[in-house]
Amino acid sequence: MEIKVLGPGCPKCKQTEQNVKDAIAETGVDATIEKVTDVMQIAGYGVFGTPSVVIDGEVKSVGKIPSKDEIKTWIEK
Amino acid sequence: MKEKKMAEECCTPGGNIMILACSGGSNVGQLSNQAAAELTREGFGKMFRLAGIGGHLGGFVQSAKDVPVMVAIDGCEVGCAKAILDHAEIAIKNYLVLTELGIEKNKDLKLKSEDIRKVKAAVRSACE
Repeated sequence: MEIKVLGPGCPKCKQTEQNVKDAIAETGVDATIEKVTDVMQIAGYGVFGTPSVVIDGEVKSVGKIPSKDEIKTWIEK
Repeated sequence: MKEKKMAEECCTPGGNIMILACSGGSNVGQLSNQAAAELTREGFGKMFRLAGIGGHLGGFVQSAKDVPVMVAIDGCEVGCAKAILDHAEIAIKNYLVLTELGIEKNKDLKLKSEDIRKVKAAVRSACE
């Protein structure tokens, strides 16, 4: 599984990345995390704001910090 | 510079208002577009691509679902913007139909400044 956290590096983006890491650690899912900070790359996903989370190419959340439990529901499917 | 600006916006509490205009081929369609563009330039929200939602592109649809404040502007009662949002199962938070503001629909694409002002004021009011 490939998880991307889109965002230039503000505290909200960092918290989102941490929640993703925690969710992966707790579920034991085999996943890689990539932090995407390049504005043009982020724009390519068509998101209105950041932080955003993309899992296997599917945009799961935009402009908010998803909770660890919410992320778990996405990665445990 | 762009990255710095985005980093600042990224941390802004509450985020931006999403403005979705039908941008149709009549005076009222183009009024929706012009008002959305001017409001964006003035810092009141940010115009977003309704066509991306219509194409069911994931990032656009999810953005519209997650944004806390949104306004959809249809030029006339045909309601193309509303139909696109309904089709993508996006809850419409604020909604305007410009003919209901007393602006008559026609094919004259030379927009009147008084109409643009009226639409912008209505959009601002709808988001209060």
